[in-house]
Amino acid sequence: MKASAFAYARATSVANALELLAVHGEKARVLSGGQSLIPAMNLRLVAPDLIVDIGELAELRGIAVRGETLVIGALTRHADLLKSSDIVKCAPLLAAAVAHIAHPAIRNRGTIGGSLAQADPASELPACMLALGASIVVRGPGGEQRMAAEDFFTGIYETRLAAQDLLVAVELPLARRGSAHFFQEFARRHGDYAIVGLAAQAALQGEGFADLRLGYFSVGDKPVLAKAASKLAGVAITPALLAEASDALSHELDPHGDQQATPAMRRHLAKVLLARCVASLLNRPDLHIGGVS
Amino acid sequence: MSSIRSNPEGLSVLDRPNSYIGKTVPRPNLDRLLQGRGCYVSDIELPRMAHVVFVRSPHAHAKIVSIDAAAARQMPGVNAIVTGKELAAVITPWVGVLSHLKGLKSAPQSAIAVDRVCWQGEAVAAVVATSRAAAEDAAECVAVEYQALEAVTDMRTALDPATPVIHASLGDNLAFERILDAGAVDQAFAGSDAVVEAEFVFGRHTGVTLEPRSVVADWNAAEARLTIYQGTQAPHMVQNIAALHLGLWEQQVRVVCKDVGGSFGIKVHIYADEMATYALTKLLRRPIKFVADRVESFNTDIHARDHRCKGKIGVNRDGIITAFEIDDLTGIGPYSMYPRTSAIEANQVVNLVGGPYTCKNYRARARVVFQNKNVMCQYRAVGHPIACSVTEGLVDLAAMKIGMDPVEIRRRNLIADDAYPCASPSGLRFEQLSHHASLAKIVEMMNYQALRAEQAELRKRGVHRGIGVASFIEVTNPSAAFYGVGGAKISSQDGVAVRLDAQGSVICQTSITEQGQGSESLTAQIVGSALGVSMDRVRVILGDTDATPYGGGTWASRGAGIGGEAALQATKILRRNILDVAAAILQSAPAELDIVDNAVVSAGDGAPRIDLSELARIVYFRPDTLPPGIQPELMATRHFVPREYPFAFTNGVQAASVEVDIDTGFVKLLKHWVVEDCGTIVNPQLVDEQIRGGVVQGLGAALFEKCVYDEKGQLTNANMADYLVPMSGEMPDIDVGHVVSPTRESELGAKGAGEAGAAGAAAAVTNAVNDALKPFGTTITEIPLTPQVILTALGRI
Repeated sequence: MKASAFAYARATSVANALELLAVHGEKARVLSGGQSLIPAMNLRLVAPDLIVDIGELAELRGIAVRGETLVIGALTRHADLLKSSDIVKCAPLLAAAVAHIAHPAIRNRGTIGGSLAQADPASELPACMLALGASIVVRGPGGEQRMAAEDFFTGIYETRLAAQDLLVAVELPLARRGSAHFFQEFARRHGDYAIVGLAAQAALQGEGFADLRLGYFSVGDKPVLAKAASKLAGVAITPALLAEASDALSHELDPHGDQQATPAMRRHLAKVLLARCVASLLNRPDLHIGGVS
Repeated sequence: MSSIRSNPEGLSVLDRPNSYIGKTVPRPNLDRLLQGRGCYVSDIELPRMAHVVFVRSPHAHAKIVSIDAAAARQMPGVNAIVTGKELAAVITPWVGVLSHLKGLKSAPQSAIAVDRVCWQGEAVAAVVATSRAAAEDAAECVAVEYQALEAVTDMRTALDPATPVIHASLGDNLAFERILDAGAVDQAFAGSDAVVEAEFVFGRHTGVTLEPRSVVADWNAAEARLTIYQGTQAPHMVQNIAALHLGLWEQQVRVVCKDVGGSFGIKVHIYADEMATYALTKLLRRPIKFVADRVESFNTDIHARDHRCKGKIGVNRDGIITAFEIDDLTGIGPYSMYPRTSAIEANQVVNLVGGPYTCKNYRARARVVFQNKNVMCQYRAVGHPIACSVTEGLVDLAAMKIGMDPVEIRRRNLIADDAYPCASPSGLRFEQLSHHASLAKIVEMMNYQALRAEQAELRKRGVHRGIGVASFIEVTNPSAAFYGVGGAKISSQDGVAVRLDAQGSVICQTSITEQGQGSESLTAQIVGSALGVSMDRVRVILGDTDATPYGGGTWASRGAGIGGEAALQATKILRRNILDVAAAILQSAPAELDIVDNAVVSAGDGAPRIDLSELARIVYFRPDTLPPGIQPELMATRHFVPREYPFAFTNGVQAASVEVDIDTGFVKLLKHWVVEDCGTIVNPQLVDEQIRGGVVQGLGAALFEKCVYDEKGQLTNANMADYLVPMSGEMPDIDVGHVVSPTRESELGAKGAGEAGAAGAAAAVTNAVNDALKPFGTTITEIPLTPQVILTALGRI
């Protein structure tokens, strides 16, 4: 369990990090919180020639409200998200989700940028980005660009980040009046990767939803913004309607099977989460049971 | 959490004014460990020491066609690359059998595989280098060509004629079979009002010690002496085996066991890679360190509990159990483990099923088969969890069938507390158990009736809670009957030497070992109490074959019961010797003197007469002032082994309260209770935490832990992310209560407490889950009880 030999460079600025990445490309890996990269290196699952440590780049750390946008620097640690009053106020879904990320020791080191760039389909934050409609801010040789979260995640551990790119921040719209969120995941033990999880962001209107965004995770090779949600927006929610949405969700998802759950079990749990989410957001305990067939 | 116990009655020599017996006192090694000053094998650095990494087979079963190490030998820092054939020059192979397990067979096993590998993870070459990292780099460059062979993985088909035989010389894949038939089973079933059958399936799991297995072996060619630093439970056993297979006298081998980060039975065996490390130091003449990494640990630390057991119970309408029958099948990997063998677990299952009950009709068959998976052997509470889950699962099924409360059916069948001594149908002899007192106590602790009422109320609201109960018996204080009679050089006796030093403090050398359970503390408590000195004046030395008396070590719940008694008897001799000298100095009689608070006092009024430090000064430095004819002996040694009973059986009962989410299949552990009877309790906190630790391991088996193999014999979850150990977040409060029935085999009266928690926890939880699922008409007899298993049973997926 010793990593194979590698070169190490501590980036002195974003520009310096980008230079290093431009030179070394695929042979380099960015070290942020190191909570996924270091174990993978110790298991010799990855063996980069060069580690570009961006840990000292203070400019990438921090949470700020700029106008109607919440900006979170890539190096912001999970523990910081959990403690931030801006997060509680402007993106409470994130605060709810971060509590489920692993354990305190990991939250003290792991970063939001690292988690998103790693793009583990079972992790919480990518699904939150989908539910919140985030933009991922990326800097590369060609300058800075923003990618919609929905387009960013492309597969297992795969994103639209190129080898020369650095994820520098995420931008989120501020939570508005009447917005509500729901977060729940089913994990065998607290802190484990979820078997299935749901990060949901809603705009409530009267007895129903003006908008509902359902970010499922651990249901396939990347987080899924469920289209079935559209069936529940702008209409009065009945058990029958929920059952219809639940069916649609079941057809829409193409979950994987592993040691924890078969695809059928993941579908089932996704439907349970849908029912629990809608019942909770609308405070309708009757739907809690009704949505599960 | 709370802890409830009844006070033990008068404790003879130990019931003294300043006794530490029955008191929670801090363990002497606490400060050292908490200040990070412990010394584990990984901490040991010797001059010229090299590190070994093993190239391990990726195949479950394959011929080794060739090993090309030329490129690896050129890597920086590499000292040597050694194959099995090369290592065979200095170490002989072994066969893990014992003569009292009739018919048990196994094949010769080598320290490093020669010609053929039999499980994924078996070592095929050793890479020795200046650092672990350098050795890992080189190991990647060793090119091994394999020719894959068909792997035997499913224990159910291991004996089929169509299945390949793993060791041709053995003729078949059957390692061991035991058949028992007691009473009149067929007649009893025929006359029963109801008969219930089920198949119980147990997940193969492992011990996951915090500190992995580790060895530093140092052959000093000039002294012709091998020093082995190893985290082991049985230093003298390691000494014997290493000497035997390296062609040395035992006195040429010193085994030093410093701090150990958990063992649980994992570290009581002889592993091939550890043997290879001993051999490598002899071959290469430099100290060699082997520290298993976590992946290696999962692939090579013994696994346990891989059983499928069919069970049958007969019951009458009045709740009286008429007969038990089991047919147990277990797969142990390609070799019977050395030297304790891999047949003990199945043998224990046969011994223990039905053990708490009066029913005399019992038939059992156990078959142990070879397969191409990692080796299986004894892990904490060997066989107990299987036997308890099968027995208690059957008892609950019987209760359900006749519509009787689970507590009531146990009341009607448990052996009466005044029926001892007596024996079980399998021939186990019980000196004194307390099933009914224990059951009564746990029912009170958990407020059983109120829990039942709450369960009924919540069920109306769609909340599905369950209550499970499991009675058990536990094997502790093993005599020579466990291993010695079968020919293994594993001592069942332990020795303790105590001596007064020149300042009146006590040096105590004991052959039991410390792996975190508090052996050091309980020894100091007993010595301090029996002698009359404070614990801070007692230094306990353990874990060094050069420095301690000969003995078994710490396993099978024997530390307090056997090592503790030896400490008591040795200290009594030392006390008598001290009082003899004191009487001579003080011109008094030994009977008129006592030792209290580090000083000799008048027995009558407690008046101080002479400090032990002053007595020691006279004895060691001014013996010329002693009366003629007095030769003080301020060192005393005693050994102890139980002789009357092969094992000191203990008993207890566990109960679990759980909530099952029927939409998700998740089980929430709400509360757990244990009442057990380990006889005299030396240190209540240590006993309670032994129980709780064991319960947690049992809960791991119930809900989480399983080594998942694919059909090709690949272990697919050999890491801490995929193999789920129980974590504190999911653990319930565990209330522990005690009933105290001291054994009369020893003056101390202590029996073991190490297995109790693990023995019954899974059975209690499984019964609780099935109780919760009762309205759905489904019963699950498979652990771990994963959400997938529960949702499947409920027909939800």
